[in-house]
Amino acid sequence: MRTIKTDEITQNIKEMCIQANHFLTEDMCQVMKEAEEKEASPLGKQILGQLLENLDIAAEDTIPICQDTGMAVVFLEIGQDVHLEGQPLEDAVNEGIRQGYVQGYLRKSVVEDPLQRKNTNDNTPGVIHTSIVPGDHVKITVAPKGFGSENMSRIFMLKPADGMEGVKKAVLTAVKDAGPNACPPMVVGVGIGGTFEKCAVMAKQALTRPVDQRSHIPYVKELEEELLEKINKSGIGPGGLGGTTTALAVNINTYPTHIAGLPVAVNICCHVNRHAVRVL
Amino acid sequence: MEYRMQVPFSKEDREKLRSGDYVYLTGTIYTARDAAHKRMQETLERKEALPIDIEEQVIYYMGPSPAREGRPIGSAGPTTASRMDKYTPALLDLGLGAMIGKGKRTEEVKEAIVRNHAVYLAAVGGAGALLSKAIKHAEVVAYDDLGTEAIRKLEVENFPAIVVIDSEGHDLYQTAIKEYCTEEKK
Repeated sequence: MRTIKTDEITQNIKEMCIQANHFLTEDMCQVMKEAEEKEASPLGKQILGQLLENLDIAAEDTIPICQDTGMAVVFLEIGQDVHLEGQPLEDAVNEGIRQGYVQGYLRKSVVEDPLQRKNTNDNTPGVIHTSIVPGDHVKITVAPKGFGSENMSRIFMLKPADGMEGVKKAVLTAVKDAGPNACPPMVVGVGIGGTFEKCAVMAKQALTRPVDQRSHIPYVKELEEELLEKINKSGIGPGGLGGTTTALAVNINTYPTHIAGLPVAVNICCHVNRHAVRVL
Repeated sequence: MEYRMQVPFSKEDREKLRSGDYVYLTGTIYTARDAAHKRMQETLERKEALPIDIEEQVIYYMGPSPAREGRPIGSAGPTTASRMDKYTPALLDLGLGAMIGKGKRTEEVKEAIVRNHAVYLAAVGGAGALLSKAIKHAEVVAYDDLGTEAIRKLEVENFPAIVVIDSEGHDLYQTAIKEYCTEEKK
């Protein structure tokens, strides 16, 4: 049994909220550079150039990459041999978000009730997904999610008979409907299988996988590649102003499902596909 | 075409702009997003005066991140314009000259743009750090309690924008996508 103080979780989440909002991961920066080189539209190329410049300014001058610094989504994988000591775990996570957003000059975008809409002024609460895994470590992923793209995300409860073609059509429909609203070039997270909520969580999780890492399941890898190619033929382009770079990657996660169903969730993320990962 | 223009625009300048043009704006613009639009609508329903005179003005759909010490503003990119669609025709009919945002607009908004010789511009979504460099001064002028959603008056210098819907109703989101679409037609 290993003891981890929840204060340590708070401190790390605070730092990770700030880190994720100012620096993209290396795989994201790389795929953006490659896109700028390959883009066929002159305006699209210019926009991608501005987005790269934006990343440099964000890092050098400590200005958030995007003013929508997101709702903080936190994935916690907690080893079953870990003993957590201190304040309740969710409180510790939210305290980390609070400190990160207030001290890090990040925008407070969370309202305490979805219909009464009063801002909580510290960006809490976050959305916390906890799973218990073997071992004695705690893996934390902080993924601040902007809502321009979140609003364009979709769930499709397909029929088994819709099959592979149905899945492709669902993903392409979501991406085309999103168009310029989701700040393309996008990263497309897809969850296939499970239940209504399971596929949505998988789609969100898929966005945290490096964009240069394909699925280890051969047919899923092929599907990811085929969908990326099809999306990039849509013409939507950078900023939705036309071009050959509409998405940077399609990441798909799958899970067993029921004999009667084929749930598909498409979680769209803009080019500011932020996340920070740490293992304690 | 590429232009450098003073804002607020004159009607002549607005009519000069064509869908697809690149324009650098210098002068004064106002921010307003969801909550401020809702309040403005409620104000109009009560037949009261808006907190700012919007005639000929430019509204930027933007809610910034907080400014660090010594800086006028934090990250400051556009938010999705379609959420303001419900409120926009009324503001255009009251004389609003231009809007800056990102993303598609409804037919009702397009019609109101044409009817009022207005223009809809896009700034690059997700380039909030870069765009903040074009903002030289910012002050809250209404709805202070809304925090990031308050109405701010901004002084901008060479703020980069792209004309999406011009005063004749041409829509770059429709025309540009067709140009680069290489899907097989079924």
